[in-house]
Amino acid sequence: MDSKQTPITMDTFLAQVWRDNPVFVMALGMCPVLAVTSSATNGLAMGIASTFVLIGSNLLVSMLRKLIPKQVRIATYIVIIATFVTMVDYILQAMAPAIYAALGAFIQLIVVNCIILGRAEAYASKNGVLASVVNGAGTGAGFTLALLLLGGVREILGAGTLFGIDLFGPHFQPWLVMILPPGGFFALGAWLLLFSWLKQRKTRRAELKGEPLHAG
Amino acid sequence: MPPSISPVELRTSPHVRTTQSVELIMRNVVYALLPISTWAIWQFGLSALALILTVTATCVATERFFNWMADRPSTLSDWSATITGLLLALTLPPGFPLWMAVVAGFVGIALGKALFGGLGFNVFNPALVGRAFVQAAFPVSITSWTPAFAPGRFTEFIPTTFTAPFTIPPDLGAWVKAAGVDGFTGATPLSLWKFDGVVTSSSDLFTGMSAGSAGETSALLILLCGAYLAVRKMMDWRIPAAVLGGAFATALAFWLWGGEHFPQPLFVLFSGGLMLGAVFMASDMVASPVTPLGIWIYGLFIGFITVIIRYFGGLPEGVMYAILLGNAVSPLIEQVTQPRIYGAKEAKK
Repeated sequence: MDSKQTPITMDTFLAQVWRDNPVFVMALGMCPVLAVTSSATNGLAMGIASTFVLIGSNLLVSMLRKLIPKQVRIATYIVIIATFVTMVDYILQAMAPAIYAALGAFIQLIVVNCIILGRAEAYASKNGVLASVVNGAGTGAGFTLALLLLGGVREILGAGTLFGIDLFGPHFQPWLVMILPPGGFFALGAWLLLFSWLKQRKTRRAELKGEPLHAG
Repeated sequence: MPPSISPVELRTSPHVRTTQSVELIMRNVVYALLPISTWAIWQFGLSALALILTVTATCVATERFFNWMADRPSTLSDWSATITGLLLALTLPPGFPLWMAVVAGFVGIALGKALFGGLGFNVFNPALVGRAFVQAAFPVSITSWTPAFAPGRFTEFIPTTFTAPFTIPPDLGAWVKAAGVDGFTGATPLSLWKFDGVVTSSSDLFTGMSAGSAGETSALLILLCGAYLAVRKMMDWRIPAAVLGGAFATALAFWLWGGEHFPQPLFVLFSGGLMLGAVFMASDMVASPVTPLGIWIYGLFIGFITVIIRYFGGLPEGVMYAILLGNAVSPLIEQVTQPRIYGAKEAKK
């Protein structure tokens, strides 16, 4: 069925982290991104949980891709994803009750995270097992990076701490708004702005280089 | 036949000539804000001066920074960033820490204006966006008021002014007690009314003999400066009239209904930032409607919401949120108040 198997390169992994970052470039999975990033710890936990689900679901979907009938594929993917989410849910509840309490319903809601379904549909159902796992891991890393960046900014400004460690001493004035929901939108907007600005600048520079203006 | 050189310059329409330009109007708004700023400095001293200079400089620098980021020519010469800076400074408490004021100025221009594409594209009044952000970020500092006409105001700064960046400003309680003039406390007329039930006299409010944000105290001065702009047709007089009318009517209705619970309508009109907001912020040309009926609806809406927030909200002042809400609904207001095109028939529903 797969006539052209693309070789697995570093790019299979790295493209998902930076160039096609699920949050900052593809703008997927905004709900957990905004909801759980009030601190870096929460962001990291959410990122790791999602990465686990991504790798697991990509692995299983890729293995079963020739058995799944086209008509019911979405339902099948969801069942596979839900299986892994249930595992994460129980594991976190048993091993890290504090984080489980902080993340609340958003652990169960990983099921409907469109990044995971998107990877299953767009990549795992068309590619080999190993490539899918690498791609899933890359997407997970990209998602975790995004959550960390957002959670980091919000925690540093909103509470003066990072991973719960006090950074600035007792005289720090917390920016209350940053750990409230609007802060999530502000921080996300700022990061999106920075990413698209960098991208624009890169294309502009590439164009400048490509033009034979300064020939000789 | 050779084409004769016409002594008349032939051009396509429009042929309207006007001396008004964006730059001229904006420069006149700056002129109109100068007396208010001067009064603020007279009343609150060196700290108000430092605040006004810092916020204005921040706004101008931010505007230039985003010009550079977007590879566009500088837009500083249209004076709009200067206005935003002055207005924003006038809405802040005089002892507001300067580093927070810098945050307010940056957010106001960046989030309120530059990201939408600069002057003419902003949905909200940039100064109020900046103020709303610091109100949400630093709720304590933005409600720390200092007394007006403190005796040493021209020789020393309010202790919170030079708070080191990112640190909590010192508590003002002891300083206010030491500097307080007889009969003046740090509380604003609105918080006095809301939390202590004390009503400041309307004549004091009218002339500006009270505490408050740097530039909101003197209703008389704001009205005079607004009148200057209105006479030169650089501001639509209907917007402040509608805002003040809406607030007055709402306050009057509440007062007639349950007099002892609610303050007099005149108190509502002259206290807090209503006057400054109505004259200089609600009338923002970009963020307000242009249809004749729409202008009245917009103004009355802002006045009504202001009074409702003051009476029933958690904060003593509601002008800022009322104007931001008004800005948000102004495209909708314009849409439903489109005048009928001459000769066109009413569309069938």
